[in-house]
Amino acid sequence: MTSLVIAEHDNAELNDATAKAVTAAVALGGDVNILVAGEGCAAVGEAAAKIAGVAKVLVADDAQYGKQMAEPVAALIVSLAGDYDAIVYPATTNGKNITPRVAALLDVMQLSEVTAVVSADTFERPIYAGNAIQTVKSSDAKKIMTVRTTAFAAAGDGGSATVEAISAAENPGISEYVSEELTKSDRPELASAKIIISGGRGMQSGDNFPMLEKIADKLGAGVGASRAAVDAGFVPNDYQIGQTGKVVAPELYIAVGISGAIQHLAGMKDSKVIVAINKDEEAPIFQVADFGLVADLFNAVPELEEELGKIGL
Amino acid sequence: MKVLVPVKRVIDYNVKVRVKADQSGVELANVKMSMNPFDEISVEEAIRLKEAGTATEIVVVTVGPQQAQETLRTALAMGADRGIHVKTDAEVEPLAVAKILKAVAGEESPELIIVGKQAIDDDSNQTGQMLSALLGWPQGTFASKVEKDGDKLNVTREIDGGLQTIKLNLPAVVTSDLRLNEPRYASLPNIMKAKKKPIDAKTPEDYSVDLTPRLQVQKVTEPAERQAGIKVETAAELVAKLKEAGVIG
Repeated sequence: MTSLVIAEHDNAELNDATAKAVTAAVALGGDVNILVAGEGCAAVGEAAAKIAGVAKVLVADDAQYGKQMAEPVAALIVSLAGDYDAIVYPATTNGKNITPRVAALLDVMQLSEVTAVVSADTFERPIYAGNAIQTVKSSDAKKIMTVRTTAFAAAGDGGSATVEAISAAENPGISEYVSEELTKSDRPELASAKIIISGGRGMQSGDNFPMLEKIADKLGAGVGASRAAVDAGFVPNDYQIGQTGKVVAPELYIAVGISGAIQHLAGMKDSKVIVAINKDEEAPIFQVADFGLVADLFNAVPELEEELGKIGL
Repeated sequence: MKVLVPVKRVIDYNVKVRVKADQSGVELANVKMSMNPFDEISVEEAIRLKEAGTATEIVVVTVGPQQAQETLRTALAMGADRGIHVKTDAEVEPLAVAKILKAVAGEESPELIIVGKQAIDDDSNQTGQMLSALLGWPQGTFASKVEKDGDKLNVTREIDGGLQTIKLNLPAVVTSDLRLNEPRYASLPNIMKAKKKPIDAKTPEDYSVDLTPRLQVQKVTEPAERQAGIKVETAAELVAKLKEAGVIG
């Protein structure tokens, strides 16, 4: 049994999601290899080789992989698939985009957003926005899955895998990258932030989000939002936490002016400690919060900032 | 260009789903069903392309039981031209749906297929990508903007750090994300008109697709419940509690 984990990265740095997918792959049993497909991504390959439990890292360094376009990356993974019993991709945007393409080309029914490995062929995954958990047994010879990274701890470092350069596969040549607009921020990205503070419809306007940013900067936190806040145009779509946005599980999640729709809860209810600040004491968010503060956020958030200042933050 | 839009009948997104006591699945009896919200967005996008003169015909297709015909009627009432109902009472996995859709695409020769990015029942997020793979077409997933550009298609995608624009050869498969558009409600006259629009009745056998599931569902259970905690009175008390819990400071 050998598994291939596909690395999530930006050509310069290896994303933490990769080490979490390695944990899932290790649970399958057998050897674990990592594929780094990118452009100018040698440093990523070296970082991947340090993850504990990894035997070999394959690096395909080619211009066609620089932007993780689905068609060429899927073609590359398919060309390697014969050597592997399982293909594991973290359920990032790239994983969600590329993995089903690979699965269909190999005539395998994919397992999406696996949250637990029960055995080498049986898995748990959430359905209905996390309102039910399905245990499924795959009868396909090859297992192809995306894994929900919040459900797996990152594999440690200290590994010393061999790094092997591999040649590119033929580019199907049916798609091309045009441009990207990435949100610039010095704050930690949501998927790996230890603390997240999120705003909802109660924030009333995007102009009020700096209130949350001040707290975020004191705590070293990432800033997120509910779907309602994104749909209202307060903040860009990549802030969205929820079933159809990002799924997060930080040490501390502070929900401000968020009522707690099922959609949103599905994206954050696995956080270790949840704080809710809302003036409506009936808001469903309080049913999952460890600490609830029933208050007008426009008073409570500045007070919180002041109190954090008092303890030297 | 002809646009094909697959639609799925699912439990309405406002319904709180309940897991059956025997753990065989979720309760579907007497539960309100609707079109998958992402599919509504796909239908709306196709209609907008037609209104802009880019699309010529909109064909909607569904794979599902007799009642799935209502979902097709909803799409026809929104503005699609005709429907195809691939009737089956079986649970059909995304891979098999993609195989059926591939066969439909073979007969219909659409230039664009717009698929919802995921169905809100099984949350698989696979069908569009699988379909484009089987057809050998490019894919523009999680689209927030779609624009025809000569013989190509520009698709703006929602990605982890922001937005990405890609250019696809046509024919292509696009999967719609939440912010692609806001679907319209069907007007009463259009609902009446939709009753007369044609729906072709088909079966999976017509397309020689094997529906045997690859994934065997062993059980469906409730997620672990999270207990509500305590209410604090002031921001100062909150900070003290968080310090105590060891998550700040």
